Amino acid sequence: MARTLINVPPKAKRGEVIEIKTLISHVMETGYRRNEVGAMVPRDIINTFVCTYNGEEVFRAGLYPAIAANPFFSFFAVATESGKFEFKWTDDEGNVETASAEITVE
Amino acid sequence: MSPAKILGTLLLLFAAIPCFSAEIAPAERRSGYADMSRETRAMEDDDSANPGMLSVLDGEALWNQKAGAANRSCADCHGDATQTMKGVAARYPAFDAARGRPVDLEGQINICRSERQKAAPLRFESPELLALSAYVARQSRGTPISPATDARLAPFTAAGGDFFTLRQGQLNLSCAQCHDDNWGKRLAGNIVPQGHPTGYPLYRLEWQSLGSLQRRLRTCISGMRAEVPEYGSPEYVNLELFLMQRARGMAMESPAVRP
Repeated sequence: MARTLINVPPKAKRGEVIEIKTLISHVMETGYRRNEVGAMVPRDIINTFVCTYNGEEVFRAGLYPAIAANPFFSFFAVATESGKFEFKWTDDEGNVETASAEITVE
Repeated sequence: MSPAKILGTLLLLFAAIPCFSAEIAPAERRSGYADMSRETRAMEDDDSANPGMLSVLDGEALWNQKAGAANRSCADCHGDATQTMKGVAARYPAFDAARGRPVDLEGQINICRSERQKAAPLRFESPELLALSAYVARQSRGTPISPATDARLAPFTAAGGDFFTLRQGQLNLSCAQCHDDNWGKRLAGNIVPQGHPTGYPLYRLEWQSLGSLQRRLRTCISGMRAEVPEYGSPEYVNLELFLMQRARGMAMESPAVRP
């Protein structure tokens, strides 16, 4: 199972711009490398990352083979109401990893 | 020119020649952290951006997982690592009386595995061994490096010091020529660090993974085009003893990030 590290401020004022940081463990195999016997190592990268805020999509990223292992994202959102940020990473093998974080908006 | 003037000029000339192979003065010692870019430093400083922390999480899970024929976990003997492992990595390698030689942290983890857990030792640089050593070393973050003062370690530390100053390989270089005499200058595009083992195991952006001090030392030794000892060789433990002695008092950063 992939490990994830999520950093969402637990509390924010209504209308405040908050920074969200996410990190996930993944090899991000480019598909351009060969193994010891010369065979191509098949591509296996996280190709999509989506963040939703109370069900509404607020951030989406497409990833490509030049992105290093263990991709890190930092992005911003406006804290509008208390609720949940949900994160979803999908890789080439179809594995889906999810994580979530609660926020209280005052 | 009078003889006195000639003598004066000669003395000035000698004074201008830098003193080679001298140990770095304590006030001048610096971690590789100090030479990193702002972005890489930010990565190390923020636990939610430091990829080494992913392995620390793995290590925490392994710490509490029962293993081997004895069906024991690390926690069954050592309890809560955040308490019992505090400062441990800062004083390794330690002398192992039963073996009559020093062992490093990875070596100790594998001794525990084979003797206490009755499990197969973990392979060098395997994700599991890196995760466990990262989890243990994480508990020493901020602790000053304080090598064990065991007198039985002295000959091994001295052997490590000899290795550090031994010119070897096709390039006929010693560790000291870069890390004592020329730190702060550039080797190709990179700043030559002083080579203090403050943050191992650490995440190198170049490796795209966590790696041990032995892996780092192997890279240096093969860069000198010298014969690279096998993983687990006594040369590495001796060298680590010497390096920890050389870095005594510096703060642990594990798991550090390096470019």
